[in-house]
Amino acid sequence: MNWNRFRQPDLILKLIGDLTEYKKQVKFMEVCGSHTMAIGHWGLRKLLPENIILISGPGCPVCVTPATIIDSLIKLKSVTITTFGDLMRVPGSHQNLEQARAQGCDIRIVFSPMDALKISQDRETIFIGLGFETTIPGIAFSIVNAAKNNNQNFSVLSLGKLIPPALDALLDDKDLKVDGLILPGHVSTIIGMMPYEFIPYKFGIGGVITGFEPLDIVLGVKTLIENLDHPRIMNEYSRVVRPEGNQIALDLISEVFEITHAQWRGIGEIPDSGLKIKSKYADFDAFRKYDIKTSDLEENPLCLCGNVLKGKILPPECPLFAKTCTPDYPIGPCMVSSEGSCAAYYKYER
Amino acid sequence: MTRQLIKEVFAGEFRISTLDDAVCIDGSLTVTTDAYVVNPIFFPGGDIGKLSITGTVNDLCMNGSRPAYILASFILEEGFAIDQLHSIVSSMQSTAEEAGVQIIAGDTKVVEKGRCDGLYITTAGIGFLPGGIHLDAGKIRSGDKIIVNGTLGDHAIAIINARQQLGLTPAPESDCAPLHEVIRILLQNTNLKFARDATRGGVATILNEICDDTGLGIIIDESSLPVKYSTRVLCDMLGLDPLYLANEGKLIAFIGEANDDLLSLLKTYKYSYEAAVIGQCTNEVKGVFLRTILGRLRPLLMLASDPLPRIC
Repeated sequence: MNWNRFRQPDLILKLIGDLTEYKKQVKFMEVCGSHTMAIGHWGLRKLLPENIILISGPGCPVCVTPATIIDSLIKLKSVTITTFGDLMRVPGSHQNLEQARAQGCDIRIVFSPMDALKISQDRETIFIGLGFETTIPGIAFSIVNAAKNNNQNFSVLSLGKLIPPALDALLDDKDLKVDGLILPGHVSTIIGMMPYEFIPYKFGIGGVITGFEPLDIVLGVKTLIENLDHPRIMNEYSRVVRPEGNQIALDLISEVFEITHAQWRGIGEIPDSGLKIKSKYADFDAFRKYDIKTSDLEENPLCLCGNVLKGKILPPECPLFAKTCTPDYPIGPCMVSSEGSCAAYYKYER
Repeated sequence: MTRQLIKEVFAGEFRISTLDDAVCIDGSLTVTTDAYVVNPIFFPGGDIGKLSITGTVNDLCMNGSRPAYILASFILEEGFAIDQLHSIVSSMQSTAEEAGVQIIAGDTKVVEKGRCDGLYITTAGIGFLPGGIHLDAGKIRSGDKIIVNGTLGDHAIAIINARQQLGLTPAPESDCAPLHEVIRILLQNTNLKFARDATRGGVATILNEICDDTGLGIIIDESSLPVKYSTRVLCDMLGLDPLYLANEGKLIAFIGEANDDLLSLLKTYKYSYEAAVIGQCTNEVKGVFLRTILGRLRPLLMLASDPLPRIC
């Protein structure tokens, strides 16, 4: 296989070797689901010295989306539903989108909201607009385009969520003891470094923005350790992330969306952590157009996903993990998406 | 899921004990059947017609048989363009000639518009198994090497790019190809125990099935996996794993002893020039494991469902 310079085994193993000089126990949270997957994929959790513990955070947008949304969408029989792939197998109360499609609902996987816009040229189409700051600008762009062309067929179910307020809420929980954060690379590409600056001031811990290659992650851990005494926000992903973020993307977000409270499945309501479509673009707001309501699905009382999402336990500590709850028959939110912590542990770390 | 469906519904009712792509019915006559519903019908590197021949040839030759005859049935959607049909049939014929098989009979049905997605093809294949060849997963032993004949995931990536109009340039090409010659090279130069074409579910799924059937362990070496750089990058972007992606011109072979020049011999042939030993069978582990480039072993699970592209 053609490995790039961020996958050089010798360099990565040397850096890990250097880390053994650090003897105190530290616990870092990787916030992003793609980091959780990458850490599992490369086996980094076990390659790192035992005193350096990586725990997973809330960073999978599919996982934290209330599942009742699936029920509401399946009821809309006459509309084409378009979605990113990972939502297809999230269980609703009775069936998931894949099963609904098999029974005749027009549900299509798209790779971009612009594909959904294309589909809407000849049929009424909803795009399920979930995601963090990474995907939200693309969704905003599709809405701006639909408005420009007065495309009344197109609407977006805005389920966008914001990472910094979620981190604020998580770190506010005194039970969560972490010494630093591995901050999401893709999200940071959009928002830059500024929105995290409250973390060292308010909570006295640092954070490092890293990429998703094994060298990125190990370097991120090293940077956090070296700066434990001077907690601040650091950028080890400067080949992609600019300190100020992406202004064009940020402008698009604020053109279309306004900040609102949001329900995070497994965590609860977090103030100012969601995005709703501004009234200026109300015609493209599927919540208003189809009068869709979300409520919390009653979770299995044995499911400990809430604690997994909050970084309080590791997935194998849940009694359902890999027994009754598996990627094919997921019970809790962290197992439903391939980027969920439980799904990542199931695949890589059992 | 499909495997479960086949086991629970078809195998039980038809009282089939061994589930295989092809079956040898009297010690020398191998038969197979397959259905082709690929969308899009034309894709870089092939079309549904070429695929129907290579798929059938590959199912026949995996037990060592020499593919000889193919029968083909067509289900056409009303209004299907005749020039496209010509093009598909012509690519079937040229692929059949390359594979040394004759298309000898068939059937055609036309269904109303909307009742099928353009064109479906089903085939039946007939091949002859030379005396003395008996490939069987039961012969695989700890220490046997595992070979693939080239880069993994190419067909799936070509289809994803074409279907989703991702606009990759140059467009990735499907690997669809007849593998009878690769099998012949392996038979002549190794103690070939068993071979499977790594179609749907990819290499990881086949390896898991073989572990289930034989009780052996398998360790695959990540650094030796042949994967195109473009495939790896696209897989990283979409959250897919080349080990689980479909191939249409790749086989996995389990071999005991082999001639020293096996790999260099394979590398001289157009459908195996990127062949590689990717791992071996072992009693040290149960199930399929991947040794990552960082040296750790991690499980390669059987995925019951098709992989889905992820959000970000």
